[in-house]
Amino acid sequence: MIRLENLSKIYSMGDNRVVALNEISLSIDKGEFVAIMGPSGSGKSTLMNIIGCLDVATHGKYYLDGRDITSYNQNQLAEVRNKKFGFVFQGFNLLPKLTAVENVELPLVYAGVGAKKRREEAIRALEMMGLGKRIYHRPSELSGGQQQRVAIARALVNHPSVILADEPTGNLDSKSGMEIMEIFRELHSQGNTIILITHDINVARYAKRMITIRDGQIVSDEEVERR
Amino acid sequence: MKFTRAIRMAISSILSNKMRSFLTMLGVIIGVTAVITLIALGRGSTQRVSSQIESLGTNLIIINITGGRNRSVTQEDLQRIKGISGVSELAPVLSGGVTVKAGNKNTSTSLEATTPGYQQVRNTYVQLGRFLLQNDLDMRFRVAVVGVDVADELFGRRDVIGEEISINGVEFSIVGILEEKGSSVAGSDDNRIIIPLTTGQRLLRSTEVRTFYVSTLSPDVVNQVVGEIERFLTRKFNDENSFRVFNQTQLLSTINEATATLTMMLSGIAGISLLVGGIGIMNIMLVSVTERTREIGIRKAIGAKKRDILVQFLIESAVISGLGGVLGIIVGFMGANFLSRILNIPAAISADVVLLATGFSVGVGIIFGLYPASKAASLNPIDALRYE
Ligand SMILES: Nc1ncnc2c1ncn2[C@@H]1O[C@H](COP(=O)(O)OP(=O)(O)OP(=O)(O)O)[C@@H](O)[C@H]1O
Ligand SMILES: [Mg+2]
Repeated sequence: MIRLENLSKIYSMGDNRVVALNEISLSIDKGEFVAIMGPSGSGKSTLMNIIGCLDVATHGKYYLDGRDITSYNQNQLAEVRNKKFGFVFQGFNLLPKLTAVENVELPLVYAGVGAKKRREEAIRALEMMGLGKRIYHRPSELSGGQQQRVAIARALVNHPSVILADEPTGNLDSKSGMEIMEIFRELHSQGNTIILITHDINVARYAKRMITIRDGQIVSDEEVERR
Repeated sequence: MKFTRAIRMAISSILSNKMRSFLTMLGVIIGVTAVITLIALGRGSTQRVSSQIESLGTNLIIINITGGRNRSVTQEDLQRIKGISGVSELAPVLSGGVTVKAGNKNTSTSLEATTPGYQQVRNTYVQLGRFLLQNDLDMRFRVAVVGVDVADELFGRRDVIGEEISINGVEFSIVGILEEKGSSVAGSDDNRIIIPLTTGQRLLRSTEVRTFYVSTLSPDVVNQVVGEIERFLTRKFNDENSFRVFNQTQLLSTINEATATLTMMLSGIAGISLLVGGIGIMNIMLVSVTERTREIGIRKAIGAKKRDILVQFLIESAVISGLGGVLGIIVGFMGANFLSRILNIPAAISADVVLLATGFSVGVGIIFGLYPASKAASLNPIDALRYE
């Protein structure tokens, strides 16, 4: 479903060139649960942002469902983000002035779904995350774990092809972190495709496949052995 | 994204920062208030002036002889003019400023020496006593009809029929009191004295009639009668620049020209104040875009297109500005009524000004919001998300 061919991302500031991704080739199929590991500054976030169409590669090819995404314009990329991806960030990235349900509704707003259907779907997604009683709370009235669950509900609500999570447990204590990972495991068992970025080997063990990158290059790509 | 939702979003964003939104609106509020107030008072006073001119009678023609010293019309000329078809009445007038005395009180006032026809031509009637009669003119009686201000000034009362007054040192007896008219463009209509033409010619030491009023049978024949009079006088003086003929339509069109100028000036003020308000809005919207960079990034990450963000910020600035416009209209309404009472000028607030002010303020919001909104819309999603 996702296929990267010799994909590079180079940041150049004056004479300084930072090669964040160096000729990466990779494919991820539907239904996979992939963890991307690597030290800080190795290019994990850069990779995820390019996969999620938030950023574009300097060169190389990116095929999504067989289509070459590299030639898409901003509006087409916005539509791809809306329809194909659900994002979960380390810092939650909820809109502080909106209630939980309004936050979850947003992807449906931009997808053009009607108000009534939108509300129903958003409530269903929140209930799935065990937040049925927190629908009208604002992010500041929720714990970190609850906020991250709202963010997951928002990522799921438009039934994306891929869920992209960049260190989703990074801001949480280990107990809430484990709860969030249980949710990802459950989502995977329901057939969702998940790409997860993490530092933490214990978090990465929830995945089925583990890719390690260093200095913008893949150094290993292996099945996760069950304990 | 739906329009109503966008508006609701804009309103909740405005409400979430009430003080700042209010200060942003202030420029527009002040501008619109000024425009509404000034236009209401301006229109109110021109309406009053026009209605005063209309009350002169729509079939009044005023003729002034302007040329050289010995130019004047004779009794014969007046008879000829009165004979023009369509003319119903004519009144020659000799006027001047005089000093009037009664007992130990004196006052200065304007004097008009005329004929009985004046009554109908100028729509000026007595409330007490009688007006001038032909006999007064024939016998050169020293009788006077006075306005209420003159009576008040000299006697402190109004039932002064039969009282004696001295005009420029000559004794007159009061035979009539004029109806109260109130003040007009030309000053008070109640501060004057009317005496017979023949008596006046002696008093003012002038026999030259250089002003006369003509009334027509109907307003429709005014132009035709004006033409006849002009032809007659041109033939008489052999010079078309030695006299002036006015009628009401001309006076009204002069007033309308003045109104148009006033409106232009007010529009200029409106334009400048809305411009200043618009710059204020642009400034705050730019700050707002910077502050909300992360929000824009989040919205873009979950699928907002350029147009969605553009519309969101445009609507927000249009709503701020439009709301400022509405508040300005309300304050302007109150301001116009307040000043109208204090300055004793009528206020006329009309729907077109209100609609225009609303439209303009929303337009200003859109125009000045365009740059900040397009700046927001063209943010790169990943840069916006990373923004701290
Ligand atoms: N906008 C940018 N401009 C210049 N260099 C950048 C930019 N974004 C990332 N980089 C560089 O690219 C490299 C990869 O960054 P990236 O954020 O992908 O690392 P990461 O693996 O996610 O690290 P971490 O685990 O700390 O989040 C780093 O060396 C970083 O300095
Ligand atoms: Mg990172």
